[in-house]
Amino acid sequence: MNILSLFVVVPVVMIIALFLSKEMKQIRTVMVAGASILVLLATILTVQFLQLRAAGADAEMLFVSSTVWYAPLHIAYTVGVDGISVAMLCLSAIIVFTGVFSSWNMNMAKEYFLWYCLLSVGVFGFFISIDLFTMFLFYEVALIPMYLLIGLWGTGRKEYSAMKLTLMLMGGSAFLMIGIIGIYYASGHTTMNLLDIAQLHIPLEYQRWFFPATFLGFGVLGALFPFHTWSPDGHASAPTAVSMLHAGVLMKLGGYGCFRVAIYLMPEAANELGWIFLILTGISVVYGAFSAVVQTDLKYINAYSSVSHCGLVLFAILMMNQTAMTGAIMQMLSHGLMTALFFALIGLIYGRTHTRDIRKMGGLMKIMPFASVCYVIAGLASLGLPGLSGFVAEMTIFVGSFQHADLFHRVLTITACCSIVITAVYILRTVGKILYGPVQDEHHIGLPDAQWYEKVSVVCLIIAIAFIGMYPFGVSDIISNSLDPIIAKLTY
Amino acid sequence: MAYSLLIIVTPFILFLVLGLLGMKMKPVIAGIIGTLGMAFCAILAYTVAYQYFFGIGKTNGEWLTQIPLNFEWLRFTENLHIDLGILLDPISVMMLVVITTVSLMVHIYSLGYMKGETGFQRYFAFLSLFSFSMLGLVIATNIFQMYIFWELVGVSSYSLIGFYYTKPSAVAASKKAFIVTRFADLGFLIGILILSYYTKTFDFGLLTADHAGLVTTSMAGGTFMGLSIATWAMALIFMGGAGKSAMFPLHIWLPDAMEGPTPVSALIHAATMVVAGVYLVARLFPVYSFAAPDVLEMIAFIGAFTALFAAVIAITQTDIKRVLAFSTISQIAYMLAALGVSGYGDHEGLGYMASMFHLFTHAFFKALLFLGAGSVIHAVHSNEMDHMGNLHKYMKITSWTFFIACLAIAGIWPFSGFFSKDEILAAAFHHNPIVFWTLWIVAGLTAFYMFRLYFRIFWNGKREYNEHHKPHESPWAMALPLIILAVFSVFSGLIPFADFISSDNIPFHTHIDWTVAGMSIAVAVIGIGIAFALYFKDSKQPAKIAQSLGIFYKAALHKFYLDEIWMWVTKTVIFRYICEPIKWFDRHIIDGSMDGLAWTTQKVSTSIKGLQSGQVQFYAWVFVAGSILIAVLVLFI
Amino acid sequence: MIQMEYYLIISTLMFFIGIYGFITRKNMIAILISLELVLNAVEINFAVFNRYLFPGQLEGMFFTLFGIAITAAETAVALAIIINAYRTIGNIDIKNLSKMKE
Repeated sequence: MNILSLFVVVPVVMIIALFLSKEMKQIRTVMVAGASILVLLATILTVQFLQLRAAGADAEMLFVSSTVWYAPLHIAYTVGVDGISVAMLCLSAIIVFTGVFSSWNMNMAKEYFLWYCLLSVGVFGFFISIDLFTMFLFYEVALIPMYLLIGLWGTGRKEYSAMKLTLMLMGGSAFLMIGIIGIYYASGHTTMNLLDIAQLHIPLEYQRWFFPATFLGFGVLGALFPFHTWSPDGHASAPTAVSMLHAGVLMKLGGYGCFRVAIYLMPEAANELGWIFLILTGISVVYGAFSAVVQTDLKYINAYSSVSHCGLVLFAILMMNQTAMTGAIMQMLSHGLMTALFFALIGLIYGRTHTRDIRKMGGLMKIMPFASVCYVIAGLASLGLPGLSGFVAEMTIFVGSFQHADLFHRVLTITACCSIVITAVYILRTVGKILYGPVQDEHHIGLPDAQWYEKVSVVCLIIAIAFIGMYPFGVSDIISNSLDPIIAKLTY
Repeated sequence: MAYSLLIIVTPFILFLVLGLLGMKMKPVIAGIIGTLGMAFCAILAYTVAYQYFFGIGKTNGEWLTQIPLNFEWLRFTENLHIDLGILLDPISVMMLVVITTVSLMVHIYSLGYMKGETGFQRYFAFLSLFSFSMLGLVIATNIFQMYIFWELVGVSSYSLIGFYYTKPSAVAASKKAFIVTRFADLGFLIGILILSYYTKTFDFGLLTADHAGLVTTSMAGGTFMGLSIATWAMALIFMGGAGKSAMFPLHIWLPDAMEGPTPVSALIHAATMVVAGVYLVARLFPVYSFAAPDVLEMIAFIGAFTALFAAVIAITQTDIKRVLAFSTISQIAYMLAALGVSGYGDHEGLGYMASMFHLFTHAFFKALLFLGAGSVIHAVHSNEMDHMGNLHKYMKITSWTFFIACLAIAGIWPFSGFFSKDEILAAAFHHNPIVFWTLWIVAGLTAFYMFRLYFRIFWNGKREYNEHHKPHESPWAMALPLIILAVFSVFSGLIPFADFISSDNIPFHTHIDWTVAGMSIAVAVIGIGIAFALYFKDSKQPAKIAQSLGIFYKAALHKFYLDEIWMWVTKTVIFRYICEPIKWFDRHIIDGSMDGLAWTTQKVSTSIKGLQSGQVQFYAWVFVAGSILIAVLVLFI
Repeated sequence: MIQMEYYLIISTLMFFIGIYGFITRKNMIAILISLELVLNAVEINFAVFNRYLFPGQLEGMFFTLFGIAITAAETAVALAIIINAYRTIGNIDIKNLSKMKE
């Protein structure tokens, strides 16, 4: 079997195993084993990929295989990866793995993990497919479990949030569907394969319609202003691991899709209409950061921070040059990891203090030093400290974006740069309020620090963040090389 | 000279070891490991310095730049890539020596000063992190590497200011320091972006080569809002430097940063990190000098103004660390003013040399002053002058070393400060009279407030102390660094600096200009004399003078209300008028419209729900009526 | 021979009386009877069309028989439901059955 299909098969096998397992212990064993296999697979894939590339395999996608499953519409289960998908698969594998540890003590664990695995199927399937329709299918598979996971295992106004999230994302899907069908017909309805469509030419007058539809469809998932409001509510209500997976991976589906489908297939329209979205993403970046400054709920702060950071991803993608796009992909990785770390820690803190209101906490550094130090590291990564992943990603984006010589792009780039200051404000405000200072609530004294399973999840994420931060040239090379064909198409 | 890599790798390893394993160690062990590691670095730095100046020496009468190591770390485009490497030239070698020396002294001192504090290991870990970042900053081969370490020093400074993290004021101060410098760094970053876009390189060597020919040619003719692109780029880069070096109006973070432990103030906020801005300008000096002379002039005026401004505030402060903080601001401004009035090459570049010279000597005597202040605070457990006095009797070593440092900063011959300050004044004298006279007044003010501080701590009446809390001399771990630094403060001025450091790296000869020197000594002596008259004995005179100055005194005491203004900008303008409305907008307009959409859908569906009653009879009725209607329509139309 | 139109008039009348009954009656038995009227009208039509238009064939007749059989089965089921409803709520007025919706 193709190694890529294993990414989908393993979670499916996990689902079956979960059906059979009864006790908590068995469930955990299944989940840990499965998630470890996924991480292992991702590692093997990366190594093989690099070996193949080093051996001179210069096809755009490697490990390609295809099985037609609905011939009349040319829908096939086609898989294949380039460096970008490999990076995304690694990210997803890490986050799925750490998410398991972050949801160690769930009630109704069996059902929870069932949906969790289904979500993973969708996520992995999305990143490996290069068939438009299959991609869309997996995208939907990833969305549905989200509703149940938030609605059943969430906190606060969970039904409302779950409904809002699902409906808004489904609204996005509707646009996406239009876009995908449009692309299929406008390119002469001969194939659904991304690579083949890229060789065909979609007439500009069609692109003008389908580019915005596709971009908007994926953009909603990437928290594009003004369609981002599902994110704060959704994240605030979701259980820890779901927030992690959602902000860490699912929001990346949006950025990845914008880039892989919208821009790659319709570059002319992207050039022509990109400025509209560029303004929107520019607003996202600054607006999200400013909103985060005055929030008082930890998860809201992080959700708005995600709006800002994911805005930067879309922003860089729309800059449409190699450097900025490399930066965008790196920002996806970086944001995925650090936001997952944030949510893992917020879940940890919330699980002990039973509040997420930063005004009601203080001096946690004394009470749970491990968790607090990790929180500070996450914060520093988020505000772009060199040596952690945020810095390399943001700098690549800024340098790349600044290569456009006209005033419009310049001004937007500088505006986006301003976000690094605002980020510092809200991160330090949060850290100062909840971790430092005197202990605010004496009930918090004596709360236990992180348990071993929480430590596993947090430490893995920190290592990954530091790895990208200190070894960016490796990561950036893989991504940048994979962008060559895309850039070649953009400059037609 | 690839072993120079060890100079920065060692502190980094120390940081990892102390940071990860420190909690498992005994505090003393952690402290000793840190100190020994730093001592190793210092030895290496001296070896490098020796080898650079005396081993390799000059080539054709010029100190050449050595790059023992440089590798590509992150590639942006074909030409733009961040490299990490080591650049050795006279100023970076000089900085290596300064940083490792002061850092080592502070490490030793901290063994005594921080003894018994919780988080002793953490403290040493952060000191190592800071040393690592600062050393990385000075040996940067390109502007982006500098930016990387620039951010890292910011974070280490943040962590150390907020070392007493349970104290709200320390947390606020650390936050303020980080955010203010971050704001300045934004300018730095944008400046780098502009500069690199035109020149297609980050590399210092390429930027400064040939009288910054690359910059001038690539940016030729470009203007934006009436100023040339080069001016914009360099001014923005300077903004970063001004933030770190606490230039007006970005200086507000430095006085608050004194919330950190005193040795930290000595290392970071007096000797090393805060001169990063000066170092940055010096590093890019040819670019400033040839491509953006207007920025350089601006730097001269900002420097002169800040020097005066901070000196005036320093006179009124009563917290001894704050006096020193403002004194630091003033002295760094001195260095920047010197750079501002400097030309390029030979004697024209006197200001450049003087600035570096002052940076060098200032590092020692200011570190000494801070450590001395720390020793005093250690003894009386207070920062306030009012709680001190007559300490000379109890703390002889501290008192004498403090006295030496005061003489050095006041610029009395033959202490180190005299030589460097004299060169600065001489440079200003020949280039810019306004700057010169300002700096001259500042020299007098400096002498005055330093001796005010000295007399009020160590003399000022016959104050008696509580029997149980009698002040005592500090332990040897603290006294030893004081003595060593005092030696440096006395003699470091005798180094023939112009032989080693000059704007074009070609040695030139300097001689003491006795007109200028005489004027500066005169003004310093006057300052000391007034301080002696007012503060040697406990008297009511100073209070009366303060009374008579009225509003002016009050304004200076409140640091000219700049903190309040900044507070207003952040709290009121940004929080209340930007963030809160955005939050409201988000919740009510954006989210409201989404919810509104859902609400409308729901309303519409409820209102047409009645049609689907489930009553078959009703359906049948509608069906029949519909059929008849259609039949009628078909038949008659 | 009686003309085809007469049969059709009868069946049309039956059909519309059935429809009328179906829409207006509240008693379930009455509704059921009305429904039977509609069905029987249709069956008459089947038979008549078969007899008059395609005399050589039998499909219409079969269909009629088939329809009668189904009607019988359906009536049986409907009556069973009605009896059950009567047992639970005590009458067979259709208004009182709308509770089942909830």
